Amino acid sequence: MNSATQQGWNEGAARANAAAETQRRRVLIEPITRLEGHGKIDIFLDDKGDVERAYMQVPELRGFEVFCLGRPAEEMPQITSRICGVCPTAHHMASTKALDDLYKVEPPSAGRKIRELVYNTFMLEDHALHVFVLGGPDFIVGPEAPPEQRNIVGVIGKVGLEAGKKVISTRRQLREVIAYFGGKVVHPVLGQPGGVSKGLKAEDLPKFKQLAKDGLEFALWTLDVFKQIVLANPDYVKMITSDAYTHKTCYMGMVDEQNKVNFYDGKLRVVDCNGKEVCKFAAQQYLDFVAEHVEPWSYMKFTFLKPRGWKGFVEGPDTSIYSVAPLARLNVADGMATPKAQAAYEEFYKTLGGKPVHHTLANHWARVVEMIYAAERMEQLINDPEITSPEVRRLPTNVPKVGIGVVEAPRGTLFHHYETDENGLIRKANLIVATGNNAARIAMSVERAAKGLIKGGHVTEGLLNKIEMAFRAYDPCLGCATHSLPGHLPLRVNIYDPQRNLVRQLVQD
Amino acid sequence: MSASSKPKVALYWCASCGGCEETVVDLAEDILGLVEMVDIVLWPVAMDFKYKDIRAMADQSITATLLNGAIRSTEQEEMAHLLRRKSQFLIAYGSCAVSGGIPGLANQFPLEQILKFNYEQAPTLVNESRTRPQLKFREDGREVSLPALHQVVRSLDQVVEVDYYVPGCPPTPKITKAALGALLEGKLPPKGSVLAPDIALCDECPRKQTRPADLSFSQFKRPHQLLADPEVCFLAQGVVCMGPATRSGCGSQCASGNMPCTGCFGPTSRVRDQGLKVLSALCANVASKEESEINKVLAGVPDPIGSFYRYGLAKSLLRRKVDLPAADDAKAGL
Repeated sequence: MNSATQQGWNEGAARANAAAETQRRRVLIEPITRLEGHGKIDIFLDDKGDVERAYMQVPELRGFEVFCLGRPAEEMPQITSRICGVCPTAHHMASTKALDDLYKVEPPSAGRKIRELVYNTFMLEDHALHVFVLGGPDFIVGPEAPPEQRNIVGVIGKVGLEAGKKVISTRRQLREVIAYFGGKVVHPVLGQPGGVSKGLKAEDLPKFKQLAKDGLEFALWTLDVFKQIVLANPDYVKMITSDAYTHKTCYMGMVDEQNKVNFYDGKLRVVDCNGKEVCKFAAQQYLDFVAEHVEPWSYMKFTFLKPRGWKGFVEGPDTSIYSVAPLARLNVADGMATPKAQAAYEEFYKTLGGKPVHHTLANHWARVVEMIYAAERMEQLINDPEITSPEVRRLPTNVPKVGIGVVEAPRGTLFHHYETDENGLIRKANLIVATGNNAARIAMSVERAAKGLIKGGHVTEGLLNKIEMAFRAYDPCLGCATHSLPGHLPLRVNIYDPQRNLVRQLVQD
Repeated sequence: MSASSKPKVALYWCASCGGCEETVVDLAEDILGLVEMVDIVLWPVAMDFKYKDIRAMADQSITATLLNGAIRSTEQEEMAHLLRRKSQFLIAYGSCAVSGGIPGLANQFPLEQILKFNYEQAPTLVNESRTRPQLKFREDGREVSLPALHQVVRSLDQVVEVDYYVPGCPPTPKITKAALGALLEGKLPPKGSVLAPDIALCDECPRKQTRPADLSFSQFKRPHQLLADPEVCFLAQGVVCMGPATRSGCGSQCASGNMPCTGCFGPTSRVRDQGLKVLSALCANVASKEESEINKVLAGVPDPIGSFYRYGLAKSLLRRKVDLPAADDAKAGL
């Protein structure tokens, strides 16, 4: 080893040792106390035994914005996808779009179309996961069914083994499309500033065309299943439209130039509880419209409309609280961009009494309408002659500074905002995720459900699932919300009497 | 559950993103076969079961537990101990459980920095009163509490004894199926083995033939700075690829997406520290021997920790230098 190299090593070792000393001190003095992975709801009763206040708390925080500091911006699509393994493609794509903006580089047309194809494929399979595995069992198997049946196995029992196999195999094939372009389906790698890393080979086209066709058939079949099992049951319809699951808030979602729903690109449109447009803005203006509020009882932050200011957990025409996700997207849009989805959209509003719809549980139906759009859009893109073009990327040449990207994740609007040095290393990152956008309304929904269900101190075991349903309709991803826990929410409900004594605890792991 | 004689399997998650669970769901049609062969006694993401049922089980009555996610909280630590006690085999499933994973990158930063950013500095915040979440919050006589946040992210084997490892972020359905098959048939390698091929990824990479014997680097390019040739070895194109220091078994997925390996399968059994291994492999092949030239070349790798230790910081030699042994960590905290 020559002396110059040796000197380099020694200097490096000295720096490492100094860093080690700092670290050692930190580790030794920091308290490490109990941390729970449970979502927690504390319900306080008044003298009459009715609900005075319910707090829904999210108890963890992972800190992606901080540990991304110093990382090269181009690695962000792969690092931030690890916020959530259920919707990695949403984070990956929002991040990739932020890189386009960071380097001020537009993908070539085919590159953009491949991104949109991958994204709609993802929306279709992810929505299918929710309908059949995560949230749907409440309806398909039934809200009163024993917990051990409210899962995919119970769903198969209800819809039949063949239908169950259809769900599983369609999801597998859709996920193979994502893996084709992204290398991996969980944590894909295709996103680059100015395009994608890989194009579509002409010889692979026929199989993709067939799959898009099957995907559309699958989405339409899902709508039929939903109609037969949910809409044909008056009890379910009554529950969906009941006051316990209704909130009059604003809504936010992305729309194209014709104000039709779009998941991949467009402007953010906000309407109030009467359906009137409040604002419409590009992702790059998000700081003027979106703000976060902190409550001392949860790690989760609550977003609100900045121009209206934080007014508390209130609803009505002046509220600054908005919600996102399928119902919100349908509420902000003037319609769907594809014919079969448009027909389903019209039926949705006709049945539920016009726009906007404020019933939280209608999210399940809106999700199925969106599955049809995603499948139709896939079919359009795969039949676009340009889709097999090898021109899928444009190299960035500008000096990076600030980049902001947005997509509609399955669970709602998702912003990624990065600032870098001239070498493209992250100096600041800010993430506004779907469930954060819904946090205030979710908190209100939980309190509303608790107030509607607990009367005169009478608490039943069925309460837990009914309260869970109030937030499961949002398909909340608390992993995304705290950039921490995954989508599953083990739940603990504590009930306190007027003297603030804990009188009942319900735990669902 | 029923008193059937089928082997009992538990799937559990700690600090993870849910991607490992998705991989199990991605067994797709095979999952129906799996359900026939075993009793799944715990799987929080997809089925409702109570932890108290697990506590009531006899020790070692679960044949195998696949645990994913890193350990960041005392609750997760308790579950790791509980499942260790109840299971004949405890398997660290996925990068986070194996080596800390991407959440382990947080070990580079103090907790206060994370709290300060989230509640005081984020550009979207409107929080003039600098409110922060309180461990105990009182309002009109009502008191609600939040758990304190844990400082250090640890791999599973820094907390409890682990029998086998299934690597990957996430593991693939294929190696998952192979691991389950080996378990159920009792065809297991020595305890402590990683259940994936013990050879570098380059061996299965379709670009293998284009890797030159002598990789003389005069420059490193970051992935966004070139249109990568989809057939040619990334190292030959001057792009950092973790392939030489990473275990094979994933099917070269990232390379098939035309992006370099980032090392999620961890090192082979002969490599003590994945980051050092790739660092030495790269540095040994820098063309110039002049310091100023070498610095210029290395400037192409602006984030060595994020590049070389993306999934393994918590378990690396780096961490061992700056941190305490796992046992002391636990003691300090509890």
